[in-house]
Amino acid sequence: MLNKSPLWKTLMVAFIVAFGALYATPNLYGEDPAVQVSGLRGVEANVATLDTIKANLTDNNIDFSSIILEKGQVLARFKNTEDQLKARDVLDDKLGKKYSVALNLTPATPDWLALIGGTPMKLGLDLSGGVSFLMEVNMKEAINKAKVGMVGDFRGDLRNEKIRYRSVKEDGNAIVVKFRKVEDLEKGHSLLKKRYRDLLLRTDEDTLTLTAQMSDQKLKEIREYALQQNITIIRNRVNELGVAEPLVQRQGKKHIVIELPGVQDTAKAKEILNATATIEFRLVDTENDLNAALNGRIPASSILLREKDGRPVLLKKRIMLTGDHITDATSGFDEYSRPQVNISLDSAGGSKMSNGTKSNIGKPMATVFIEYKPTGKRDVEGNIIFEKVQEVISVATIQSRLGKSFRITGAGSQTEAHNLALLLRAGALIAPISIVEERTVGPTLGAENVQLGFQAILMGFGLVFIFMIVYYRAFGVVANLALGANLVLIIGVMSLIPGATLTLPGMAGIVLTVGMAVDANVLIFERIREEIREGKSIQQAIHQGYDAAFSTIIDANITTLIAALILFAIGTGPVKGFAVTLSIGILTSMFTSVVGTRVVVNAIWGGKSLKKLSI
Amino acid sequence: MQILQLKETVAFMSYRKIAMIFSTLLMIASLASLAINKLNFGLDFTGGTLIEVGFEQAADLKKLRQVMTDNGFNDAKVQFYGSSRDVVIRLGLREGVKAEMLGNEVLAILESGSGQKVDMRRIEFVGASVGDELAEQGGLAMLTALICILIYVAFRFEWRFAVGSVVALFHDVLLTLGLFSIFQLEFDLTVLAAILAVIGYSLNDTIVVSDRIRENFRKIRDVLPEDIINISLTQTLSRTVITSITTLLVLAALFFRGGELIHGFATALLFGVFVGTYSSIYVASLVALALGVSREDLMPEVIDIEGADQEQMMP
Repeated sequence: MLNKSPLWKTLMVAFIVAFGALYATPNLYGEDPAVQVSGLRGVEANVATLDTIKANLTDNNIDFSSIILEKGQVLARFKNTEDQLKARDVLDDKLGKKYSVALNLTPATPDWLALIGGTPMKLGLDLSGGVSFLMEVNMKEAINKAKVGMVGDFRGDLRNEKIRYRSVKEDGNAIVVKFRKVEDLEKGHSLLKKRYRDLLLRTDEDTLTLTAQMSDQKLKEIREYALQQNITIIRNRVNELGVAEPLVQRQGKKHIVIELPGVQDTAKAKEILNATATIEFRLVDTENDLNAALNGRIPASSILLREKDGRPVLLKKRIMLTGDHITDATSGFDEYSRPQVNISLDSAGGSKMSNGTKSNIGKPMATVFIEYKPTGKRDVEGNIIFEKVQEVISVATIQSRLGKSFRITGAGSQTEAHNLALLLRAGALIAPISIVEERTVGPTLGAENVQLGFQAILMGFGLVFIFMIVYYRAFGVVANLALGANLVLIIGVMSLIPGATLTLPGMAGIVLTVGMAVDANVLIFERIREEIREGKSIQQAIHQGYDAAFSTIIDANITTLIAALILFAIGTGPVKGFAVTLSIGILTSMFTSVVGTRVVVNAIWGGKSLKKLSI
Repeated sequence: MQILQLKETVAFMSYRKIAMIFSTLLMIASLASLAINKLNFGLDFTGGTLIEVGFEQAADLKKLRQVMTDNGFNDAKVQFYGSSRDVVIRLGLREGVKAEMLGNEVLAILESGSGQKVDMRRIEFVGASVGDELAEQGGLAMLTALICILIYVAFRFEWRFAVGSVVALFHDVLLTLGLFSIFQLEFDLTVLAAILAVIGYSLNDTIVVSDRIRENFRKIRDVLPEDIINISLTQTLSRTVITSITTLLVLAALFFRGGELIHGFATALLFGVFVGTYSSIYVASLVALALGVSREDLMPEVIDIEGADQEQMMP
């Protein structure tokens, strides 16, 4: 029994620990104060924006340490917060409403580290301070609206095919159509079966009724769509809040998590999240003079609105169609590969559109986006005063009489077509949402939590460190080496995984891992002592100790991992943070305490004939 | 150094009657308290609003309570949180009010009522439906964890050990819940996480013991199952004690240094690790023994592949 590790194994352990240490280093560097400029509503920051920002900063004698354009955002770093604040004010003033200017802290990771993907760990809101919201989509309402839409669709379809019916009503989760004659029932059945493949249809000839039930698949689609649509709307709004690195994410089947780091004024955030948006289609007023209107002589039947680039458009006051008739909007390409937006309406919307366009072919039609934004002021009764913001998002020529589904071309680039589709969907809010949970952590508490967490980790680490050396002497030192390597690996892995966030319970998870990680070494060392007591040679005892303890360690860790993974699957926010560090800790500790210590033990004691062991 | 130097095998199983009575009594007490006192569920589960504020000088709770009552918050619970300058105010769920706006409102009231500058440390608002869902999910998580573990242990060892370890886990979870119920400690999400961690830890211990029992059943012939268990427990005792010590050491660090927010978490784990250590000695092996575990049940079905190829596989 020689107890020699092959060279590759020693190198592998050294490499993995070095790799972990490398990716853990970004955490040692601090953060730079920065200002982040991003475009709003389809506008992207580009090289021109970058130049404007540079010029503005230089004009105002504000020093910046670096300025870059990345993913449609401009990020300028400063040497101190004073410059940062000055820059924010200047840029906010000069760039106008098209851009959001946010204060940010960016990691001061050196370039060479950033180049290989090194970033520091992301801190959870309980450590960095900020607010998180949990919003719930009202799924009942989403399904209700879908049902109401379907009742209208049924009526329209039957009427168009000249099939006579007595009534179309919703009944619980189903839609019931009553007919007068059996022939009509049959005709209606075959028509609807052809049109709505995702519905379960049942006929009853005695009562002359047809019952349409939404399939589970269809219900799932409606819910999914309602959730996605709300996420899109909220993203747009959150971007306008001017928060650096906000997070908008779905959680489960009907919830949306919104995290706004650094935000303290939650009232404003809540008002913006609660704002509503809608869409209207209007004809462009081509009969009256735009210039006259610009000079204040607006005809009584018209209104003057502006496009997003500020160009004025004179529109007819009469609304052709409101956004609540839109059931879907997608972007695509027409036959000449030009970007287009396909819009689907419900049947009531379809006939309104049809009536509105039949005598206006060849005339331009405008799409207006309306948002009710809170002004932050309240009226006498304490209600928030909303400001109605209207903006023309597209003007297109009506090519033919439009019906239930039509398309808008000439919306610009593919990105713009995509954004228009998003906005159209956003305008037709199908399911209302409400805040069901809010957690705000002030900056002082956040900083305090970081400090407490670190203290607990250091103290726990120190106590175990001392205990192991006193109890196992030289072998205790080896176990402590493994413990240190384990801590480095946890931090390295946490920094490397993009979604992993360090929270206060996460820090508790690290502390717990420190305590439990030595267990594997305790198992091995106790076994070695036992073997020595039984009279085995030192080398044999070491070999046996590692061998016999191996399957026990695997079994014990896998079961703990099961518990941690379940916690990860159901946990949210801070608790998830605990599950993440615990799971990572279990995996890394198995590596360091079994494979890692073996390499070190073999290197020190292996291959020699020993009489005594410092264990 | 050696804490326990045991020359003789400790006759753990001869105390099994006492252990059984002791455990049963504790479990009954826990169940009774859970039925009568229930758990003191925290905001995460009940829903409502919690506001933590920091004052520059020690706060006068009586005055703050008065201020809250004067402003129509009769149900407000005002308490110190960790120090006399930190105060937590809890409000129940109320209908008809935009609940998510309450936090900011209370903050303004406190600022004008106390005459001191108030530092907003934390506001939490949880709606009613969220809490219900969470309680359901939490229970489900614990159940899933127990079932998954039962399957794994049954697959790796034998069904008697699986039943034994799950009974031990149930025992640990129940006693920890009992502790929180009897002393009416606040049961929030982090405590739930801690209990799942207790399941993990206690299992760790149980597996180590079961592993040794299996090994000894295979190695030692012509000895009563009771004695095999005694021998195995004695052999693993020093490991059990040392691991408990290191874990308790770090938990003590968390308990005393981790701050008020994870106090409940640390409490649940401290107690859970303690109970878990006891249960891995007495509950798990006792159940396996009572179910009639024997040498035949644990002999490998084919050849012992596990040991045979480890020479090459292992470092």
